[in-house]
Amino acid sequence: MSGTGGRRPGFPRQAIKRNFTGYGFLIGAVLCFAIFSWYPMVREFLMSFQGRKIDASTGVPYTTWVGFQNYSRIFHDPTFWTAWRNTAEFTVLALIFGFAVPFFVAILLNELRHAKGYLRVLVYLPVMLPPASALLLFSYFYDPAYGLFNEVLHWLHLPTSQWVLTPGTGFFSIAMLSVVIASTWMNMGGATLIYLAALQNIPGELYEAAELDGATIWRKIRHITIPQTKLILSMLLMLQIVATMQMFIESFILTSGGGGNSDNVESVVMLIYQYAFELSGASNFNSAAALGVVLMLVLATFSGGYLYITRERT
Amino acid sequence: MASLSTSLRTARQQRRQVRAQGAVQARGLISNAQLNRGSSRIIYRIVLTAVIVIATLVFIGPLYFLFSDGLKSTQEAISSPPTIYPHHVHFSTYTKAWSFMQVGILLKNTLYYAIGALLFQLVFDVAAAYALSKLRPVLGNIIFAMMLATLMIPAAVLVVPQYLTVASLPIVNFHLLGTPEAIWLPSVANAFNIFLLKRFFDSIPGDLLAAAAIDGASPLRTLWKIVIPISRPILGVVAIFSFVGVWKDFLWPLLVESNFTPTRETLNVGIYELSGSAPQNLVIAASAMAAIPTLIFFLFFQRNIMSGLTAGGLRG
Repeated sequence: MSGTGGRRPGFPRQAIKRNFTGYGFLIGAVLCFAIFSWYPMVREFLMSFQGRKIDASTGVPYTTWVGFQNYSRIFHDPTFWTAWRNTAEFTVLALIFGFAVPFFVAILLNELRHAKGYLRVLVYLPVMLPPASALLLFSYFYDPAYGLFNEVLHWLHLPTSQWVLTPGTGFFSIAMLSVVIASTWMNMGGATLIYLAALQNIPGELYEAAELDGATIWRKIRHITIPQTKLILSMLLMLQIVATMQMFIESFILTSGGGGNSDNVESVVMLIYQYAFELSGASNFNSAAALGVVLMLVLATFSGGYLYITRERT
Repeated sequence: MASLSTSLRTARQQRRQVRAQGAVQARGLISNAQLNRGSSRIIYRIVLTAVIVIATLVFIGPLYFLFSDGLKSTQEAISSPPTIYPHHVHFSTYTKAWSFMQVGILLKNTLYYAIGALLFQLVFDVAAAYALSKLRPVLGNIIFAMMLATLMIPAAVLVVPQYLTVASLPIVNFHLLGTPEAIWLPSVANAFNIFLLKRFFDSIPGDLLAAAAIDGASPLRTLWKIVIPISRPILGVVAIFSFVGVWKDFLWPLLVESNFTPTRETLNVGIYELSGSAPQNLVIAASAMAAIPTLIFFLFFQRNIMSGLTAGGLRG
């Protein structure tokens, strides 16, 4: 090793080499992050303050800064408010179903001493289906004329329903409830298995001690199960709020791509899609970006609030 | 034969005993002793049967209709009231759906995208996580933090600028719409993969790698010969979830791969796009065919998928 400068140890040279190899290994992933993740984030913000205008003299379209025009345009769009109302409705319903149901199913499964593996596979099976398959099947079941669900209602001597096609936008509309049922069926497996794993981590001694004190089942759930799984519960609650507010495919497929009678299940992400690709061409990319920024801020508020609350507790 | 069956039976009993001993530690709300007492035992049996029956109806029931309704004729599929089983079995519905909905091409596309994304993610994300964990270049921590920050931004929010970026890459102006790279490359930017892999690599003792380095192994050789063989479980998790992720994704392939002839869509998007113009029984048959590969995949990797889920879910 000559040329390292007399008595100087090889350290800087090694460090350079180490950094060089380090970046060699990093470069692929960093480039992908930069192009497909970091740059679009910045671009989303910039785009939401830009607009395309047409030069009056030459007729050539150009991009320019328009301040808050995109935002005021979407705030004046009645569909914007409908979409937010629907998304909030979906989130609330999906939390009642998609958050509470898996928890109680997990508690029930944890009590059973038999057929555990079978039931676990069963609950997770729908998660593996391609979502389009599951939703096309559900939209077949929901069909008012020849669907299976109306037949079941008919058989039980209950009034039949229009399901997703039910008009009207009252809070907890039947249409949105139908979307939530399909969504819960498709997605509950993941949450159930995570809860189940959390329940199995609860030390058995806690229950034994409670039994010595003569605690009922309900009190055991209330004072041992829920406190012991609180961390997982609160984390999944937050993740689910963020995930359900991005609901898209359920509404999109159950209403065959929006339009028509879809106003009562239109979601925010569906509106982003429609602004950008369906309404009137390229100029609306900027409105879509503005709506994306609004959605991001709302979701960031939820995540921030979650972090704040959990920091207070610990 | 008799000895074989008795030995099988004792093996099963032993397994049951081991399981029962395990259940003493990780017990539920109700103790085993209480469950074995007279009347509770009967109640337990009733609840168990009810749960199994209801769960089977709720989760297998729709799947039964998914596969059996694809055997109906178009008339029977939209007859009212609906039939519970196909009165006239038409296997031709499946073959018609295969050609009309182009299931073969869609299947080939999806496999190509999913396997490619899996390879790209494994190569780039493993290399990056290894660099961040063991080689630790300058600013590595900042890069890692910036990657984790992307987890905070929900994917659906960024589709518009991502779409525009893929339509024309910055600086080089490549047009990626309709190419497989439009799915492969963005899938690499998966911070959760990097996080899982880095956490696993962090747990590999540095001495092991130092020993390899003293023997003259290059970082690449160390990665290939030592790190990757140890990390097989976590690589399995990343591979399975990247594969399933591409298979289940909808919005992104809908944006970047639609409107090409011959179709470049994935199964998930393709059967939806054609569902509007196809008769009901073909739609259901195509949906059933789209579901078969993932169901088989699940039955094969069931254990890994479910343990990987909790590995990812219990993070933090």
